[in-house]
Amino acid sequence: MTRFSAFSLFAKAFGGHQSWPEQWPDASPKPAYDAIIVGAGGHGLGAAYYLAKKYGITNVAVIEKGWLGGGNTGRNTTIIRSNYLYDESANLYDHALKLWDGLSQELNYNTMYSKRGVMMLAHNVHDVQSFKRHIHANRLNGVDNEWLSAEQAKEYCPPLSISPSARYPVLGAALQRRGGTARHDTVAWGYARAAAALGVDIIQNCAVTGIRRGGDGAVLGVETERGFIASKRVGVSAAGHSSVIMQMAGLDFPLESYPLQALVSEPVKPVFPCVVMSNTVHAYMSQSDKGELVIGAGTDQYVSYSQRGALHIVEHTLAAICEIFPIFRRMRMLRTWGGIVDVTPDRSPILGKTPVPGLYVNCGWGTGGFKATPGAADLLAYTMAKDEPHPINAPYNLDRFRTGRLIDEAAAAAVAH
Amino acid sequence: MLLVHCPYCEEKRAEIEFAYAGEAHIARPLDPAAMSDEDWARYLFIRSNPRGRHHERWRHIHGCGRFFNAVRDTVTDKFEVTYKAGEPRR
Repeated sequence: MTRFSAFSLFAKAFGGHQSWPEQWPDASPKPAYDAIIVGAGGHGLGAAYYLAKKYGITNVAVIEKGWLGGGNTGRNTTIIRSNYLYDESANLYDHALKLWDGLSQELNYNTMYSKRGVMMLAHNVHDVQSFKRHIHANRLNGVDNEWLSAEQAKEYCPPLSISPSARYPVLGAALQRRGGTARHDTVAWGYARAAAALGVDIIQNCAVTGIRRGGDGAVLGVETERGFIASKRVGVSAAGHSSVIMQMAGLDFPLESYPLQALVSEPVKPVFPCVVMSNTVHAYMSQSDKGELVIGAGTDQYVSYSQRGALHIVEHTLAAICEIFPIFRRMRMLRTWGGIVDVTPDRSPILGKTPVPGLYVNCGWGTGGFKATPGAADLLAYTMAKDEPHPINAPYNLDRFRTGRLIDEAAAAAVAH
Repeated sequence: MLLVHCPYCEEKRAEIEFAYAGEAHIARPLDPAAMSDEDWARYLFIRSNPRGRHHERWRHIHGCGRFFNAVRDTVTDKFEVTYKAGEPRR
């Protein structure tokens, strides 16, 4: 692996950038591994990387049904924040946020993490009270979040309309300055490249078709389209298809899979300096470094695996965008797409051990998993290496649905999907 | 957008007239107090979430207002059949 640096870039420029080696080999499956991760998105590749890097378990395979980073890693709206209400959530999401810091340096791959701030708009008295409660709870947990008046919000994001005659006028906003965006593809690519350099096999176009268990119930390995692969440790990080994979091991999970849509506009010059979210009118938006306005729509109402949704969902979001940002009323939208998100009843993830020995799971991130990528990956690796959850992910067990100790974030993506 | 056939109105109408109401044929237990925590959690939270045929409830909220059941393929989103509430599982 060539280390990226200003010097290597300069040197390769003389050869017209023709001599860069491949960033990771397209591996074929070996008969057995020390650990297998199902799903080569950011979460799964990151888990493989941390298993190799932190715990010295390098004989690892990441098995992917499609291509690397082609699921929700490449379909989200790239927003990063950690201003969640409950202590368990603040610990989990802020763990991830701290790992975003320095991730580019650690992976030697530019993830383009930009702390441009995430601003959440309050449009009514309930919003104001709820956001202020969040701000106080966040501060008690050491997570930055501050209250802005409508004028301060306008100053922070000039395209915002704070006209009092708006149907839902802006009364103020909560701002997390450490929040922002990152380039989603590079997170998968960066982890893949760094993990492969440590000896991890990344096996693409190889769907898992079954999970083989021994007489004692423990995991023996996975059946795939390319044959059986043995491993006593299997971590499932399969997003929308998690419940399907878990059923292969005989486990029923409290998950439902819904299409979640997003869209981008035609690219324009830098006009939008931060991330703005509005729960009440249901819109959120940022601008990518390519110049496209990146807009998140809602989930469709029904369970589906089709990776597409209906136009009226997009229309609803765009109506809200036009209301909050009248400047964009004549923008043309370039493309829309959908991803399948696995939603838990309490809208918090399930991350830890399962009732099947040797089977671990990282799922249920619903509509807001991208921001947690490094944290979830790190914690899944810890749980698989030690066979016990880290204190941060211990509350995110499957048993909470039996005991009733739910972590009820309700709208983990900050917009009511 | 889906086209949904309402078995009461006997008409195919646009999805925006309807509200999805979750998985069908999940009966509320008659005596919750007598159930184990596992069984209660299963009733409350566990859904089949299949890749393929899914039994689900819909409500014709901007039409006749009635609940009915449907079988839909979750990969193609295509409805196989819709039928009235109370009719046996298809």
